[in-house]
Amino acid sequence: MRKTILAAVAGLLLAGSVGAASAADKLKVGFIYLGPIGDLGWTYQHEQGRLALVKELGDKIETTYLENVPEGPDSERAIEQLVRAGNKLIFTTSFGYMDPTLKVAKKYPNVHFEHATGYKRAPNMSTYSAKWYQGRYIQGQIAAKMSKSGVLGYIGSFPIPEVVSGINATMLGAQAVNPNIKVKIIWVNTWFDPGKEADAAKALLDQGADIIMQHTDSPAAMQIASERGKLAFGQDSEMIKFGPTAQLTSILDTWGPYYIERVKAELAGTWKSEDSWGGLDSHMFAMAPYTNMPDDVKKAAEETQAAITAGTLHPFKCPMVAQDGKEVECKGGKTLDPGQILGMNFYVKGIDDKIPGK
Amino acid sequence: MQLVLEKRAERSNTIALISPLIAIGLTIATMSILFAILGKNPLLALHAYFIAPLTDGYSLQEIAVKATPLVMIAIGLSLCYLANAWNIGAEGQFLIGAVAGSWIAVKTQGTDAGAWVLPAMLVLAAAAGALYALIPAICKVKFGASEILTSLMLVYVADLFLDYLVRGPWRDPQGFNFPTTAEFDPVATVPLLIEGGRLHLGSIIALLVVAAAAILLGRTIKGFEIRVVGAAPRAARFGGFNANQLIILTFAVSGALAGLAGIIEVAGPVGHLQPGISPGYGFTAIIVAFLGRLNPLGILIAGLFLALTFIGGEQAQIAMKIPLDVTKVFQGILLFYVLACDSLILYRFRLVFPNRQVARGAG
Amino acid sequence: MELVEAIILSVLAASTPLLIAATGELVTERSGVLNLGVEGMMIMGAACGFAGAWFTGSIVIGALCGIVAGILMSLIFALMTLGLAVNQVATGLALTILGVGLSGLIGAGLVGERITPAAHLDLPVLTGIPLIGRVVFGEDAFVYVSLALIIGVWWFLYRTRAGLVLRACGDNHVSAHALGYPVLRIRTFAVMFGGACAGLAGAYLPLAYTPFFIPGMTAGRGWIALALVVFSSWRPGRLVVGAYLFGAVTILQLHAQGWGIGVPSQFMSALPYLATVIVLVLLSRARTGGSTAPAALGTVFVPDR
Repeated sequence: MRKTILAAVAGLLLAGSVGAASAADKLKVGFIYLGPIGDLGWTYQHEQGRLALVKELGDKIETTYLENVPEGPDSERAIEQLVRAGNKLIFTTSFGYMDPTLKVAKKYPNVHFEHATGYKRAPNMSTYSAKWYQGRYIQGQIAAKMSKSGVLGYIGSFPIPEVVSGINATMLGAQAVNPNIKVKIIWVNTWFDPGKEADAAKALLDQGADIIMQHTDSPAAMQIASERGKLAFGQDSEMIKFGPTAQLTSILDTWGPYYIERVKAELAGTWKSEDSWGGLDSHMFAMAPYTNMPDDVKKAAEETQAAITAGTLHPFKCPMVAQDGKEVECKGGKTLDPGQILGMNFYVKGIDDKIPGK
Repeated sequence: MQLVLEKRAERSNTIALISPLIAIGLTIATMSILFAILGKNPLLALHAYFIAPLTDGYSLQEIAVKATPLVMIAIGLSLCYLANAWNIGAEGQFLIGAVAGSWIAVKTQGTDAGAWVLPAMLVLAAAAGALYALIPAICKVKFGASEILTSLMLVYVADLFLDYLVRGPWRDPQGFNFPTTAEFDPVATVPLLIEGGRLHLGSIIALLVVAAAAILLGRTIKGFEIRVVGAAPRAARFGGFNANQLIILTFAVSGALAGLAGIIEVAGPVGHLQPGISPGYGFTAIIVAFLGRLNPLGILIAGLFLALTFIGGEQAQIAMKIPLDVTKVFQGILLFYVLACDSLILYRFRLVFPNRQVARGAG
Repeated sequence: MELVEAIILSVLAASTPLLIAATGELVTERSGVLNLGVEGMMIMGAACGFAGAWFTGSIVIGALCGIVAGILMSLIFALMTLGLAVNQVATGLALTILGVGLSGLIGAGLVGERITPAAHLDLPVLTGIPLIGRVVFGEDAFVYVSLALIIGVWWFLYRTRAGLVLRACGDNHVSAHALGYPVLRIRTFAVMFGGACAGLAGAYLPLAYTPFFIPGMTAGRGWIALALVVFSSWRPGRLVVGAYLFGAVTILQLHAQGWGIGVPSQFMSALPYLATVIVLVLLSRARTGGSTAPAALGTVFVPDR
């Protein structure tokens, strides 16, 4: 790891020094990151995507990034700085950059923008995100099979639809195995605070959960589960190093293929504004190897993954019953429609809790 | 023989003039070494930090936008500090101002409320900021509780209050549960000065505030009172000045300015209320106030200069791939040098050869 | 019963870095110096502590590296505020900016690495006692060190002559100087002690709490330590209570959610700060007129020669 980072840095230095001469004919691609590139989570995975991009198309493009850009008044300027530095395709990699990206996009119609996880688009602004809930469904199924206590522990960041739909998908997957499964949810109100994430994991384990699932970024919870001899799922990145005997699998954000595809389109002049919401069939995310589980559980997980990939299984298939016992309106025919999933603000039946702030 | 610091009989005007130059020289020398260690060309890097942002209209505008809240808050803080009232909770007053002003914006959203909305937001924000600043001021005057610490504690309370509002009651119903209010209506937005740019009316307001502070301190009795109470509390008492009253007054003014800066930032560059509307403006402004030597014009220059390092840091990151952490180190070192060199305006070093006294150690 | 024990263990672990950092800051402030750079010293302690432990494989060396990093940072602060009479508030804030930047540079190459965390005490029989066994006899060394530190500081401040002199410097530096005490030298040592503690507290995070380094992993704990010193009204005994109370609120807030008790978490999180303000007012009021804060706290002192 250390060596690869050093190598990457050395590569960048080299690229920087020769860049001046050949910059004119290379496509410039820019990235805006929320955290430091070394956060081991969300930003780290986007950086891995960028590095994959450089590896694949490094001779045709030049990439730049701005890290640690807060989602406040500074983000619009940061995006515009990238435009002014000559970047023609810019990826803004956090939800909070949505309005600033839109503003800059309106100002520079000849530059193309790609905003992650948002819902506002423009003729020169695409959005992209992944159907992580599909992975959560598989995790729920594994968790229900592996849990002895029948209680799952879930660390939530913020009760936004992406996280809520993840919890629901987990429960639906778990209920398919064990209808009486219980989940305890703790919100830590942060994406990133290793200490607090560790505290939440301890609290969940102390209250009888024996499987930890998280929607926060650091490997702290994984490490606690490992220390206690319990099981856990990673988030965003491969965390097996922090829980060699604990990690069941992890939802890996694999942005590389998407970035490569979009940059190729830009190079070919075929880029157009679209909404990419990729599932397991799209390589937008992947499941880390299924580890620390018996073969039959692994096999079942792989079958579920195959079924979801093939489209024969949908985690949010109808009929779906909400927490209050009422059936959820089925806007998508046989499944919920994308709008319902992207704006999900209710728990499914069987979750004995309520969404904060609701 | 030892080197000691001692107070000068009067402030040195020569040092006052050359100290920023010495500080910048030292910073450049130190950073050149660091750049060289990191394998970056020091000349190009320094150009990216200091020169490049000054060479085009866009960057100049951005510097002004970034400096606006810093200068406004720092002017208020300088009045406090001159009067020996230590308000370090401007961050909280900034947030409360933003919240109070946003209340009007949120409540009038989608109605055909007229042009009164923005002025009302500004007034309410200033009032709320002032009231919030009065809490530590009154605790100090009535109960003797350290205002440094109470004002700092109230920053967190304000931050969490804002967090609660945008995650709960004020959340944009169409916003997919993300913690932000809806975009403010045009009548609730600070107007831009240049078409297509980001420079907004707030920068003009900041300039007016600088001018007002200069007049207050230089031309009025109240300003004289503030300076006397701070510089010579004992003389002030004899002169019949009321120090407590000044604490209340300066806290209220600085709270009002911080609150005003808060709503201008929210109704201007951001356009809606959300967590993280302040990347630490209230704290950075403390540094600006001292860099500017608590003098209105100095604060204006210091604010612009610090803004320059932020913009330059981004350009260095883009042009030369210099990590953001280096920019922070750069800012830290710069601040240390400037503060240290400024110290020599009031103090000087002297070599002393003490006749050995009986040492009375610490135990 | 097991749950109670588990909660106490979590509370102790969460409180320990706060207690260590606050103990150092308490001594610094008692000498009359306000160092707002605790967060910056802590994150440097975390980065250097982890680096030390990772390269040598020794937690002890890691902790020492953290302490040294904290001391070096505090020396910058001492040079500025004591040597050059610069304003303490501005210097402390600048120190935090510097610390965040430097720690990021130092730690950049270590992201993704992990170490074996500090071992927990394991005594035959004693550690096995139900309920109290692991709480009293099963902690990691940092927890015991933190308690030894605060007891030592209490003893130093109230039972030794040196402690008395240090407090005198904080209450009235002019008189202390007139009595012939080297105010600046005493304050320098107090600031260094504060730095050492902040560095150790920072090192605790990657060495015992979550055994890896990530930039920004202190996540505001240095600021909480500052609040705790105020909350304690500069008394070591109350500091222990405050630190554990704060840890307890943090942990119980998480447990309450697990039990399905929904209080807005922002309200819970704001409580300690509001409590600090109220405590400060009540304490100040109890002593009619004066505050309990060291009277010279945060003021510049340049001795007449």
